[in-house]
Amino acid sequence: MDTEVAVALLRTMWRIRRFEERVAQLKRNLQVHGLIHLSVGGEGVAAAVCGQLRDDDAVYSGHRAHGHAIAKGAPLNTMMAELMGRETGLCRGLGGSMHLVDAEHGFMGATGVVGGNLPLALGSALTSHLTRTDQVTVVFFGDGAVQAGHFNETINLAALWRLPLIFVCENNGFAEFTSRDEHSTIERVSDVVAPYGFERTTVSGSDVPAVYEAFGEYLRAARSGSGPFLLECLTYRRRGHYEGDQQKYRDPEAEEEWRERDPIARLTESHVDDEAATAIEREAAAEIEEAVRFARDSPFPDPAITAGLVYAA
Amino acid sequence: MSGELTFVDAVNRTLAHAMREDERVIVLGEDVAEGGPYLVTAGLAEAFGRDRVRNTPISEGAVCGVAVGAAQSGLKPVVEIMFIDFVTLALDQLVNQAAKAHFMSGGQLSVPLVLRTQGGSGQRNGAQHSQSLEAWLTHVPGLKVVMPSGAADAAGLLRSAIADPNPVVFVENKSLYFRREPVPDPAEAIPIGRAHMVRSGRDITIVALSRMVGEALTAADQLASEHGIEAEVIDPRTLVPLDLATLAQSVTRTGRAVVAHEAVTAGGFGAELAAQLQAAAFDYLEAPIQRVGAPYTPVPVSPPLEDAYRPGAEEIIRAARVALEWGQHDAEPWEKGALASS
Ligand SMILES: Cc1ncc(C[n+]2csc(CCOP(=O)(O)OP(=O)(O)O)c2C)c(N)n1
Ligand SMILES: [Mg+2]
Repeated sequence: MDTEVAVALLRTMWRIRRFEERVAQLKRNLQVHGLIHLSVGGEGVAAAVCGQLRDDDAVYSGHRAHGHAIAKGAPLNTMMAELMGRETGLCRGLGGSMHLVDAEHGFMGATGVVGGNLPLALGSALTSHLTRTDQVTVVFFGDGAVQAGHFNETINLAALWRLPLIFVCENNGFAEFTSRDEHSTIERVSDVVAPYGFERTTVSGSDVPAVYEAFGEYLRAARSGSGPFLLECLTYRRRGHYEGDQQKYRDPEAEEEWRERDPIARLTESHVDDEAATAIEREAAAEIEEAVRFARDSPFPDPAITAGLVYAA
Repeated sequence: MSGELTFVDAVNRTLAHAMREDERVIVLGEDVAEGGPYLVTAGLAEAFGRDRVRNTPISEGAVCGVAVGAAQSGLKPVVEIMFIDFVTLALDQLVNQAAKAHFMSGGQLSVPLVLRTQGGSGQRNGAQHSQSLEAWLTHVPGLKVVMPSGAADAAGLLRSAIADPNPVVFVENKSLYFRREPVPDPAEAIPIGRAHMVRSGRDITIVALSRMVGEALTAADQLASEHGIEAEVIDPRTLVPLDLATLAQSVTRTGRAVVAHEAVTAGGFGAELAAQLQAAAFDYLEAPIQRVGAPYTPVPVSPPLEDAYRPGAEEIIRAARVALEWGQHDAEPWEKGALASS
């Protein structure tokens, strides 16, 4: 991976990391509310995948979506304003953390219903097929979603229809408080789709160049209309399932191990000199402070806007 | 003996009691062996083993169906759907299988199943984790629908739900979860199908569901202290079967009624309550029955918007005043009607 690409990905990762750590703090201070799911430790996947997409490629995500939205180009200011419920938020304060949408940048939506995004993404790939564009759709989901009926129904259809869709599974080995072996006898998600005959692979999510390369290969193929593909990234959730989770299930050894495998630290060590990395981190922190300022200075929405947004004109 | 318990602990203790009493009772759902996000099932796996307290994958449809099959074959499952918003994924098994098995088999099969879930807004969780969808379930003959308004009722009604030979949907409200009140130990079963007169009064009847019972009491206190109006507050406790007699007798006495729930007003269970009450007490009504509920929009997430969205005591008072002042002003009736619908 060239240094230039590595620097760009590192910048995205720091923006996500600083954003989410700040959100955790704001949640504790009661300025961000509701169910907040963070991806600290998993930023490499969002950066390496979305960093190769165009604005007109579609990305769908789930409840742990901040990183995907940021990496796809959602502005930090309006992201933060959305999380703080302000009128200037991405969704005018009507969506919130689990329901971010930034259509302009092809972030077509997060959903709070696990698995609910999978068929939508296939629908988006159907559109590119039928309108003969070279747009690609990517759907992010967790290992927990694999056991949902929608997953199984969607991979079957995707395999039948051969559409330009890339499934990106962030397998962190947990669904909420329960580990994967309690949910499935199949450890690797890439093995679940094996019988359907579509291309699939598993990489370490903390190895950013590996994610970049594996995804890049699928992306080039999908651009020319082929698909579907499944990229499984093994990740680790360094924070609780949601902010406020008591984390009784935590294994301190795994935690230590993954701290050492942190994608930011690894990519910095292999590709970016310390001085440049520090500058990137500082810039990201400053951008986040600006986003918080922007959100705080923005008014809350007027309750009267809700009635007019139930139906499209 | 009677100590103060939260709603969560009252449900938890009742589940433990049922599991101790009857080994056919099992609990299943996502993370139930870890206690779940609100700790409603905390400690059950430790006490009864992970065979009877089963963690399931995120497979609401199959898990609900498993519970139906297990119920038909001799177990008494209590299945948890973490948020009522995800009952959508279990509806096929609930509506097409559970609700109809007894009927379609000519009485050969029965489905002694409890589906516990929780709904309601107020925690800034957004449009997919805050809904009140109970009305859908009341539309399906074969299901019973229970909505407790506090910890003691939750314990007593859950006992009856588990003992019932039919599928019972038990809808909790997340805003009530950590409120404390005295709960008898052991909890006496509270019969399904009998309303609870929470406060008596002669001037107007307020029929309130779940969280709105507390709001109705606040409204009643304020109507009494500020306007000298005595409101009767009734909690139906169970939507299906409905204790129409208790509600209708009250309305016959007061001549005016407000029905209140947290769900969207349009198509909500309040419409059914109002229709049944006006048919039963038409000759006694002094004013149209007023409905209180949420506006016709998804639940907004931004704090001031969610606060404005969420119905409470204030909306009940406003509706009560429309009913009480009916005919006193010279406004056209349709304008007065418009006052009450939020
Ligand atoms: C249909 C549905 N069922 C249950 C939930 C509650 N829930 C939220 S996240 C989650 C676990 C998801 O696990 P996974 O897909 O692995 O994603 P992760 O949280 O690990 O990123 C569950 C059960 C939900 N949001 N939607
Ligand atoms: Mg997971």
